[in-house]
Formats: sequence, C-alpha cells, structure tokens
Amino acid sequence: MAMGLGCTARPGRSRENKTGSWRVFRPVFVHEKCTRCGMCTTVCPEGCIMEDEEGLPVTDYDYCKGCGLCAEECPSEAVEMTKEEK
Amino acid sequence: MLEIMEGSHAVAEAVGRCRPQVIAAYPITPQTHIVEALADMAANCEIDADYITVESEFSALSACLGASAAGSRVYSATTSQGLALMFEVCFNCAGMRLPVVMSIVNRAMGAPLSIWNDQQDSISLRDSGWLQLYAEDNQEATDLHYLAYKVAEDHRILLPSFVCFDGFILSHTYEPVDTLTQEQADSYLPPFRPYQRLDAADPVSFGLFASPDYYMEFRYAIDQALDKARSVIPEAGKEFNEMFGRDYSGLVEEYRLDDADVAIVAMGSICGTVKDAIDEMRDAGKRVGLLKIRCFRPFPHKEVRKALSGVTTVAVLDKNVSLGSRGAAALEVRDALYGSGVSVQGYIIGLGGRDVRKRDIASVVAKAEAGEGDIYYGLRQEVLR
Repeated sequence: MAMGLGCTARPGRSRENKTGSWRVFRPVFVHEKCTRCGMCTTVCPEGCIMEDEEGLPVTDYDYCKGCGLCAEECPSEAVEMTKEEK
Repeated sequence: MLEIMEGSHAVAEAVGRCRPQVIAAYPITPQTHIVEALADMAANCEIDADYITVESEFSALSACLGASAAGSRVYSATTSQGLALMFEVCFNCAGMRLPVVMSIVNRAMGAPLSIWNDQQDSISLRDSGWLQLYAEDNQEATDLHYLAYKVAEDHRILLPSFVCFDGFILSHTYEPVDTLTQEQADSYLPPFRPYQRLDAADPVSFGLFASPDYYMEFRYAIDQALDKARSVIPEAGKEFNEMFGRDYSGLVEEYRLDDADVAIVAMGSICGTVKDAIDEMRDAGKRVGLLKIRCFRPFPHKEVRKALSGVTTVAVLDKNVSLGSRGAAALEVRDALYGSGVSVQGYIIGLGGRDVRKRDIASVVAKAEAGEGDIYYGLRQEVLR
C-alpha cells in the first residue's frame, strides 16, 4: 500500500495490502469430498473462506496466507495444501 | 539579560519560552533539574503546557509521540538509561516524521552503573533518524533548543531533534546565560504548524505497515530530509545570529584552524578545554586548531573535509565508543577525509566522567603527531590488571 509522509494513510486502506502474497502453501478445496459443514469457514483466521450459493467453500486468495488450518480441521479431508508456484 | 543560572534551569527557561504544549517526563535516576523546573512552571501557570507524569521513559516519549501527532509542540528530557528505554519510540518518532524536541543530558551507559558524563547515550541512537546537536556551554545549550524546534518543525525537514549537552559538566554548572525574552523567542519561533495531524473529523493513521515493496523508500525519505537539514540548520542559525547576535550558522565551528598543522576534532563541553589547551600550545609555538562538531546528525562530511583540508594530522576525541570498532566521530571524520592523505587518529577519552585536562589534550596532540592513535587515552593499567 502506498502511504504518505510519516507512513500515513486515510481510513479503509488496509485491504490494499494483499497479504496472500506471503503464502507458501495454497489450499485447494475438493468439492467432491465436501459435506458443506462450514468448518473451514469457521476456523479461517483471516475470514477469507466464503460459501457460494451451493454452500461450497470459496477462498479469497488475495488474503489467504496459507496457514493450513482449514486443511487440518476439515473432517472430510477435502482441503489439499499444494506448493504455491509463482 | 545575562543571569547566572544552573545549566538545567537555563535550559528549562529556554524550553518554557518555546511554548511547548505538552511535556511528558519520568523522574528515573538519572534525571535532571530541567523537567523538575518545567513541572514548577506548569504548576504555577507560568507556561501553558499539559505536564504528563508517566510511569516510564518509554511512556514519556510515547506520550510525546501521540501529542505531536495530534498537532502539539512537545518536549521531554532524558539521559543515559532513560534514553535507552526510549529506543523503540525514537525510531517511530522519526519514521512518523514528528518534530519532537528532546534534551539529552549526556551520561554514560551502564553497566557498570554510572551517573557521570560521556556521550554514549545519544551516540548510540545516531541511526534513529533524529537530528543531533551538541552544545559546548550552557548559552549554546539553551539557544540550540529554539533552533532545534525551528528546524525540526520546518516542513522541509519534519524530523525529531536531540539537543545534547554534557551531564554535570554543563547541566549542574552555574554559568552566565542570556535567556531570550518571551517576545524575542516568539519572534524567532512561530507557533507549531503541523504538516498533518490526528483529527477525528478528518481521520488519518500514522506509522503504518510497509511491505518490502515500500519500506526502503521511507528510510530513504528520512535520509533525504536529514540531508536537507544540512542547509536548513545553517539558515536557522543565521537568522538567530541576525536577531540575537550569537552565531550558530555552522554545522561545525573552527577555532584557530587557519594555519594549523594539527587539528583536534571534538563535540560538546570538552571543546572549551581544548580551546584553552590550544591557546597554551599556540603560545609555545605549536600550530594547533580545533574543529568543533555542533551537528552530528546529519554529519557534515563536506564541511569537515573543507575545514581540515589544510592540516597534516587530525586527532578526533570521542566520549563514546562503538565497541568492537572505534569512536563514532573518528569513523565519520576518517570517512570525510578518505583519500585526502590527511592522517586521522582517534582517541576514546573521558568515558564515565573521567576528567579531561588541558595537559591531556596536549598529550593527545603529541601522540597524534607521533602517529599513535586509535587508542583509549589514559587507561589505568593498575585497574586493568
């Protein structure tokens, strides 16, 4: 995020920091295995896993840091952590 | 009007005339009479300042940081261990470009515990982005506070500033000092006009997070502002001289340096002793001069190189040491003179309040001429064992 003199910014700018760039492992959601229990959405510390109209998880990769909590907690093992390739 | 005052009280008077709106201080040992006197002035309504008593030096500077961001002219004073406790906040003040002014009454760092003078405290914060001015006597110590506010608050600079003067040697010594009247102070130092400030009606956040894509440019911007101070300080010093007849227009000051073979470089009160020693050496036919460093940050490399271009030998006195390396000023002077062929010798001297006498200065000059340098001067072998 570009800031002004004194490292200043107006409110509402933190979304510009795409913290997803820190990610080493990317969660991939295997919808075929998903039971739509919503656990991944609940445990995501960044709040960046949403549910689509069908109740399936969708991730905002701009802010997902790849912590892997969703994969760890998924009761159906429907989240695979794959090496991030840039 | 000349008045005989203790150094701390003279500085407190001058700070009061600068009309600080918020003063925060903690009475850690060691503190000085500066904040004690200012507390009296605030309690007696002689100054219109909010005086915040805090629970530590870290909080003192943090309170100053917040008050400065809110648009107030702020002040604090500290020394040695107290400054060490402010370390983190010092970097933040500079990064947020807040023109805090703080007196540093220079004292040694523990351990061993010492309350006596050297300049290790402020020198250890040389990389923090603060301006650093050093005073030779109490008159200069008081005057530099007006100048520090003027430069720090200049929108071309916007950086915090230390005004450093030697503990006990100046802070606890009575000298005649000419304090500006309130009218004089007001005519030199206009009210603080913040560049930007915290305001609930027009919100802004200070000191935000910068990813690697942005961080370096902010450090560079501080460095650029310090570079600008190399011309803004002389400008402010010249104006002070025109108004009050005391000249602080130089980042450095020369004493009998014109035809000198040997130059001594020093900072702070030791310069007074050096001047007397030089007079004696001159009487004995030795061509010795002094280059006093008034402004250590930004360091005046160009001015130093110009002033010392005619000498053959330079002896740099450091009341500090970058342990594992050398004295801070010696490193800077050697850098400034790199490739010039001038011999630069460094001397760590007077640490922890050890007296430096005129004969010590003469002895340093003799060592420098003999090429014996980069040493601790006056070590007591019987203590080392």
